[in-house]
Amino acid sequence: MKCEDLLKALSDYLDGDIDPQICQELEKHLAECDPCQVVIDNLKKTILLYRKGEPFPLPTEFQERLHSLIRERWKAHRKD
Amino acid sequence: MGTTSITDAQLVHKAKGGDQSAFEELMRRYARRVWTLSYRLLRNREDAEDVTQETFLSALEHLKDLRDEDRFGPWLAQIASRLSLRLLDHRRRSPTQSLEGLTSEVHDDENGGPIPHPEFIAEWRDDPETLLLRKETRDLVEEALNSLPEKYRAVFLLRDVEGLSVKETAQALNISETNVKVRLLRARLQLREKLTRLFGDEATRRMPHHHHDADPNLGGF
Ligand SMILES: [Zn+2]
Repeated sequence: MKCEDLLKALSDYLDGDIDPQICQELEKHLAECDPCQVVIDNLKKTILLYRKGEPFPLPTEFQERLHSLIRERWKAHRKD
Repeated sequence: MGTTSITDAQLVHKAKGGDQSAFEELMRRYARRVWTLSYRLLRNREDAEDVTQETFLSALEHLKDLRDEDRFGPWLAQIASRLSLRLLDHRRRSPTQSLEGLTSEVHDDENGGPIPHPEFIAEWRDDPETLLLRKETRDLVEEALNSLPEKYRAVFLLRDVEGLSVKETAQALNISETNVKVRLLRARLQLREKLTRLFGDEATRRMPHHHHDADPNLGGF
């Protein structure tokens, strides 16, 4: 496997959804290729950065509007 | 029993049975996430408010049809992304904003364009946890996401932030599972490139190995 081939299998590898044969070849390449190791580490951190980030706060005025709208709609919905 | 120990599936079940407070607890758990997803797709506060509102109204209406009760979060994300894309599509059709829409479709390279090789390869100076502590870095992270073409951004948000499966993402965006995978790889690589230029330690920089010997365009590294 070359760096370019590793690139193609990268997402499947990161998602743990990879063919065992390809996974073995990929890990063999990885053991010998320092730049690819760093790329994979960068990618894991990239994903974590977005996964661990807090969602934005809801604007207060919108939050109130949203909750009262849903309460109203709930009543109407339950009557049907 | 406090509401925190109740699972989403239990709340969904109760709400289906007519328990309004259960639905409100689900809203408390997910409103910020739906809002954030919509805002990141639309980049417009009013539109994101509309989509968030419509998402919960639609969830209320169709809750009885949700069979997989522990997939409430991904299900909401599917609704919110569908509504957001519909709005974006609508915007594209309006003459004042058509240019913005066109540019995001110009580089339609799913079908066989080469995956760009990583260029700036270096170890990051800080962990994600540390980077997220500072407002300035959080803003840079947000800017990087915002700079992705819309179709890559949508796939990345649904897969890597909202935790949807490839299949759920494909359904939400009405594209094939192969396209989900290709777009996700491109999104991840583009973000890696941008973020490593920002957070990478120049002293640890590695030069990429190139194995193309037939491609004259790739010299010069
Ligand atoms: Zn390599």
